[in-house]
Amino acid sequence: MWSYAFRRVLMTIPTLLLVITVCYLMLHATPGGPFDSERKISAAVLANLQAKYHLDLPLWQQYLYYLKSLLQGDLGASFRYADWSVNDLVANALPVSLAIGGGSLLLSVFIGVGLGIIAALRQNSIVDYLVMLIGNLGSAFPSFIIGPVLIMIFAIWLKVSPAGGWNDFQISYMVLPMALLTFINISTIGRVMRGSLIEVLNSNFIRTAKAKGLPMSTIVFRHSLKPALMPVVSVLGPLAISSITSAVVTESVFSLPGLGKLIVNGAANRDYTLVLGLVVLVTVVAVVLNLLVDLAYALLDPKIRY
Amino acid sequence: MLRSKQKAAAEAIAANVSALPVDGRSPWRDARERFLRNKAAVVSLVILALITLACIFGPMLLSHSYEDTDWEAMSLAPTMLNGHYFGTDELGRDLLVRCLIGGRISLMVGLLATIASVTIGIVWGATAGFLGGKVDTLMMRIVDMMYAVPYLLIAILMVTLLGREFYLVVLTITVFSWMDMARVVRGQTLSIKSKEYIEAARAIGVSTSSIIFRHVVPNLLGIVVIYTTVTVPGVILTESVLSFLGLGVQEPMTSWGVLIEDGTGVMETTPWILLFPAAMLSITLYCANYIGDGMRDALDPKDR
Repeated sequence: MWSYAFRRVLMTIPTLLLVITVCYLMLHATPGGPFDSERKISAAVLANLQAKYHLDLPLWQQYLYYLKSLLQGDLGASFRYADWSVNDLVANALPVSLAIGGGSLLLSVFIGVGLGIIAALRQNSIVDYLVMLIGNLGSAFPSFIIGPVLIMIFAIWLKVSPAGGWNDFQISYMVLPMALLTFINISTIGRVMRGSLIEVLNSNFIRTAKAKGLPMSTIVFRHSLKPALMPVVSVLGPLAISSITSAVVTESVFSLPGLGKLIVNGAANRDYTLVLGLVVLVTVVAVVLNLLVDLAYALLDPKIRY
Repeated sequence: MLRSKQKAAAEAIAANVSALPVDGRSPWRDARERFLRNKAAVVSLVILALITLACIFGPMLLSHSYEDTDWEAMSLAPTMLNGHYFGTDELGRDLLVRCLIGGRISLMVGLLATIASVTIGIVWGATAGFLGGKVDTLMMRIVDMMYAVPYLLIAILMVTLLGREFYLVVLTITVFSWMDMARVVRGQTLSIKSKEYIEAARAIGVSTSSIIFRHVVPNLLGIVVIYTTVTVPGVILTESVLSFLGLGVQEPMTSWGVLIEDGTGVMETTPWILLFPAAMLSITLYCANYIGDGMRDALDPKDR
């Protein structure tokens, strides 16, 4: 286990390096420098500025400086927002994204697993059809269609919720975005949980448990739940990655001041350093999440021996 | 003597076989019949074909252009009068034509990015599967890496840096859509490689190239077709997300994602501007998913 964990941790390093390097080179290949503005800067000032930001050095040295500052947790300065570093912008936006994204992921695990259990135990019941329906809707209607529909229903017709925006973690502004993200994730988790629990319930050791006369609750919660949860754990990694995508869309739909909005605005303003910094940050988060899920999987599943 | 006897026997068998009513059933014919029996998939195919035809020929037949403003009809609700069947947007442009033109772009991006990513995926997966060993490990590690990366963000970065030309959007989407195919093709290649009939073919001295083209490729084809149909909706969806975020094709050119984004801004007063492109995209995705399911059932009989 420990050697597997060690190797798995080591494997994340080339991934991160690859992403950072490719992004950095792409950024470097675009024409125009940070000080090419309409206002002409005198040559001496330009030289000083370039020396300060190491822009006068060869590319590989600049790259090493960039890696060094990344290791120190410094994502650089924003191209467009004067006097703002990427770190400052992230510090403002991250809590919003964490609250919405993390909160809805937790919520959807509980709700999705719960619905999946009920659907598997009562096949062809209303809950079962509901889970299948949510699954179908979630896969056919993209978040940027469901989101506006939610706004239309709850904000415009029923007037029970604000249509978007953010007011310092006030719950009413968080409900719709979280509902949207949770809905999308439930469609995956619910389906996976339903399928895997049905499979487990059909296996031999459950038949034995039934033959012994164990009550259904014991069979489900003591014997079936753990093996049935394994596929759910294994989809959590990809799900977290796709949640990042849907979170970007969600923040855009509800105009939330989170990381997604920041990166979309940065892209629209061609704020190269901001976009690069955010991509690096989120990639690190995603890779670490994937790592944790893989380790959890190895820890939970005794069949896996590395 | 012996040889002539064998020859006679072979001729007798051949004569008998040719005397039987010929009813060869190729696996492809089987698959086609299974697919045609699947009502949902066939209906989806017809609807998707209609949408595609409408997107290709509709703009030529309708009297309005996708970029001209009708000053007398801004934000007009759907009407049978003056030919604005889907109404107009807030700039007075005919929504039906815009939906169809947007569909052209979305479907075209879908088609091109699918072809490109499927090609890369097949070559990558087949190479890894055939060569095996260290090359295989390395190539599949790269696929794993690509999976771990939040692709939308890298796509945003690429679009920011490279620009928003049509072919760059296709390229950006392709870069993150080939891995599923590569994985599947590699797995299939590995399993085919170790099958007895390949061993038999080798034992009787069939050349490597004919083993590949007569025995391996036809067996890969089924799974390639399945995953191609599965790739299409994913690619169209990615294009729509990029367009929705304002990072796809640029005005006055449009795509379904752009139209949905436009509609979202004004849905309170003129909901149809959101409704029509959203419906067209959803129907397309839904149909593509059903066709994918139908293909899977038709071509992978074990899976039923």
